[in-house]
Amino acid sequence: MLEIVGKTNIDFMGKRHVAFGVSGLLVLLGLLALVQIGTGAANLGIDFAGGTAVQLKFENEIGLEQARQALGKHGLHEAELQEFTQDHKLLIRVKTEGTLEQKIAERIVEVFEQEFSHNKFVVDSSTEIGPTIGYRLQQDALLAITISLIGIILYVATRFELRFGVAAAIATFHDVLAVLGIYYLLDKEITLLVVTALLTLAGYSLTDSVVVFDRIRENLRARRRETILNIINAGINQVLTRTLITTLTVVLVLVPLTLFGGEVLHDFSLALLMGVIVGTYSSVFVASPLLLVWPGGKGRLLSRGA
Amino acid sequence: MKKIRGRLFLVLFLSVISFYLFLPSWPSLYDRVPESVRWLIPPRGVSLGLDLQGGIHLVLEVEEERAVEIAVDRAAKAMQDLLTDKDIAFDKIERVSNLQVQLDLSKDGTVEETAELVRDEFPSYFQVSLDGRTLVVELLGSEVDRIKNAAINQALETIRNRIDQFGVTEPLLQRQGRKELVIQLPGVKDPERAKSLIQDTALLEFKMLDEDNQPGLGLPLQVQRSEESTIREKFADKVPEGSEILFESVPDPKGGVPVFSRPYLVRQGAVLTGDVLQDARVNYTEFSEVYVGVTFDSKGAKEFGRITSANVGKFMAIVLDGTVYSAPRINEPILGGRAQITGNFTTDEANDLAIVLRAGALPAPMKTIQDLTVGPSLGQDSIEKGLKTTLIAGVIVLIFMVFYYRMSGMIADAALVLNLLCLLGALSGLNATLTLPGIAGIILTIGMGVDSNILIFERIREELRQGRPVRLAVDAGYDKAFLTIVDSHVTTLITGLALFLFGTGPIKGFAVTLCLGIAINLFTALIGTKVVFDLINRRKLERLSI
Repeated sequence: MLEIVGKTNIDFMGKRHVAFGVSGLLVLLGLLALVQIGTGAANLGIDFAGGTAVQLKFENEIGLEQARQALGKHGLHEAELQEFTQDHKLLIRVKTEGTLEQKIAERIVEVFEQEFSHNKFVVDSSTEIGPTIGYRLQQDALLAITISLIGIILYVATRFELRFGVAAAIATFHDVLAVLGIYYLLDKEITLLVVTALLTLAGYSLTDSVVVFDRIRENLRARRRETILNIINAGINQVLTRTLITTLTVVLVLVPLTLFGGEVLHDFSLALLMGVIVGTYSSVFVASPLLLVWPGGKGRLLSRGA
Repeated sequence: MKKIRGRLFLVLFLSVISFYLFLPSWPSLYDRVPESVRWLIPPRGVSLGLDLQGGIHLVLEVEEERAVEIAVDRAAKAMQDLLTDKDIAFDKIERVSNLQVQLDLSKDGTVEETAELVRDEFPSYFQVSLDGRTLVVELLGSEVDRIKNAAINQALETIRNRIDQFGVTEPLLQRQGRKELVIQLPGVKDPERAKSLIQDTALLEFKMLDEDNQPGLGLPLQVQRSEESTIREKFADKVPEGSEILFESVPDPKGGVPVFSRPYLVRQGAVLTGDVLQDARVNYTEFSEVYVGVTFDSKGAKEFGRITSANVGKFMAIVLDGTVYSAPRINEPILGGRAQITGNFTTDEANDLAIVLRAGALPAPMKTIQDLTVGPSLGQDSIEKGLKTTLIAGVIVLIFMVFYYRMSGMIADAALVLNLLCLLGALSGLNATLTLPGIAGIILTIGMGVDSNILIFERIREELRQGRPVRLAVDAGYDKAFLTIVDSHVTTLITGLALFLFGTGPIKGFAVTLCLGIAINLFTALIGTKVVFDLINRRKLERLSI
C-alpha cells in the first residue's frame, strides 16, 4: 500500500482561532468585492458591463492566436475574438474602461496596423455594445443560488442537524467569497467564466464539507464518551488522506490547465484551482470548527458540551 | 452468484446504450457506419454551443421611427374612443405626420372642450394648433425618446422569449449601439426559419370586411401571387376611404407553395389586436388540419364577445403582419374568449406562429443589417489548446490512480471512463447543447467520481489495516462509504436542481450536466465498481491490490 500520509493525529480544532481570523479576513475581502461589483466599481467583464465591438475585414487570412497575442502585447488581454467564416472577418469585443471609452476602437485599429502591416484591413463597424448577461439573467441567477442554499441547509439539517447545514452553507459561501476577494485584489476581470468557476467550486466545497461531517457523525455515534472537540479532530484526521488525495487529483488537472490551457481558460482554471485549495482548507478549518460555535441548545447529535 | 450476473449485465447494457446514443455526436465514427444500417442510429447528438462552435450572427436594427408612428396611431385610436365616450361628434381623427394627430370635429363650439379633454387624458401630447373645428396635437420630444428606447428594450425581450421557446440553448443577445441588436444562435439547422421567427413582427389584428363596398368593387376572386401590387394600384382610386385591400394566400390544390392570392376589401383600423392574447397553442381539427387556437385575456375576451355580438352574420378577417389568414363569418357571438386561426399551415409553421403570438408582437419592424456565419466566441485556438491540455491532465490523473491504488486504481479508471461515456450518451440522447459552463459541470462530476473511488478505497484500506479479510473489508468499505457518497452527491444534486429550475442561459447549461453527471456517478461508484470487486472476490483473494 502506497500512502502519502499515515495515521495522523493533528489537533486541527486547536488552531480554529487562527483559522477564524484568516477566514474572517478572506470573507471581508470577498464582501468588499461583492459591494464593489454591486456598485459597478469592480473590474466587471464584458458579459456584465458591455463594451465596444470592432469588426475588421482583412485581405488575407488572420490567425486567431496571433491576433490575440498582438492585442495582449498592447495591454488588451481580455479581448474576445470571434472570426467569421467568410471574408477573413474578425469580430473583437473589448470591455470599455472608464475614460478610454472613445479611444478603445482606435487603439485596436492601431494595434493591427502595427502588428499586421502586411495584411491590410478595413473597419467594417465599430460600435458600443450592451451586456450579454442582462439584468434579468443576473436576477435569475441570484434567485437560483439563494434557493439552492436553502435546499442544502434543509437537506443537511434533516440528514444531520441544523448546525451542520448552516456550517456547510457558510463554508461554501466562505470559499466563493474568498476566491472572489482574491480575484478582486488581483484586479482580475470578473467574467462569465469566472462565475462558472465559482459555481463549480461551490459544488466541490460542499462535497468536501459533507464528507468530513459524515465522518464526524459516524464518530459521534460510535464514541459516546469522548469530547466533541476530540471527536471532530479524529474525524478530520481519519478522512485526511482522502481529502489530500482528492485535492491532489483535482490539482493535477488544474495546474496544467492554468499554465498551458491558453489565455481564455487561464482565469477559469486559476479560479478553480484557488477554489479547490480554499475548499479543502475550509472543510477542515471552517466547516468543522463552526459546529462548536453554534449558540444555544444542544442538538440530536451533539448532545454533550464541548 | 446470480446477483453479480444481473448487475454486470446492467453495467454492460448501460455502456452499450450510452455508446449507441453517443455515436451521432462523433461525426468521424458516425460517417463510417454503413448507409444500410444508419437508420438504426439516432440522427442527432450533442450540439456544441456558441462558445465552442459558433453559429449564425445576425445584426438587426429596430425601425424606431415606425415604433413612434405606431404609438401615435394607437393614441389616435384612443382619442376616437374617448370622444365617442364623451359624445363629441367627429368627422375624422388620424395621424397626419410622424408625430401629429389631427382631430376634425363635426360641430362648432366643441373644439375647446375637446382640447381640454385631450390635454387631461393625453399628457404626452401638446397642442399645435386649434381653429374652427380642427385640433392638432403633437407628441412631446421627451416622449419620442422614451418610446424609441422602450421599443428597443421590448424588441430585445420579445426576441429573447421567442428564441427561448424555439428551443435554442444559450443564444447570445446583445444591444449594440443605440438601436441595433446582435443575435447569435448556435448550430441552428434552418437559419431561414430561425430568422423569420425572430423578425416577424407578429402583429395580429382582427379586422371587419367591408361588405358594403366589396361587391361593387369588382375584385377578382383570385390572382397570381406576383400580381398583388398590380391589383392594389389598379383599384387604388376605387377603394373607399377607411378601407384597404389585403390578400390571403390560397393553397395550390395540388399542394406545394401557394401561388394564388385572394383579395379582400377590409376596413382599416383593427377591432382587436394581439396584445390582448393570453395564450396560443397548436391544435388539430377533427379532419386533422392544424390550426392555432388563441385564448384572450379577460379584457380581450370581453371585447371579442362584444364585437362578435354586434356583428353576427358579418365576416371578420384575421390578419397577421398584413396578410389575411382567414376571414370566417361570425355565426354567433363568441363569448368564451377563444378563437381559432386557420390557414394552410404545416405543423412547423403553426408551431412558429404559436411561439410568436405567445411571445408577443415586436413593437416595430426589424431590419437586417448583417447576417453571417461566425466562429466560436471562445476562439478556435483556445478551444484546441484547452482540449489538448484537459486530455493530458486527465491521463495524468488516470496514471496517478493506478500508481497509488494499483489494480484497484485501474478499476476506478474504468469506472471513470464508463462515467464519461454514460454522461456523453445521456447528453447526446437529450440532444443537449454543450457549452463551456456545461463542460465545467462535467469536470466537477468527474472530480466527484474520482473522489467517490478514493473515499471507498481509503475506507477499504482502513478495514484491511484492522486485519479483516479482503472480502469483508471490501464490503465494509463500500457500506461505510455509501452514506457519505449519497449525502455528498445529494447535496450537490440539490444545488444542481435549483440552478436548473431557476437559472437561465449558461447557469442552466452547467446545471444540466451537473445533475446528469451526479446521477450517473452514484451508479458507477456504488454499483459499477462494486460488481468488479465482487467478481474478483469470487477467487477468494488473500491480498488485494489497493
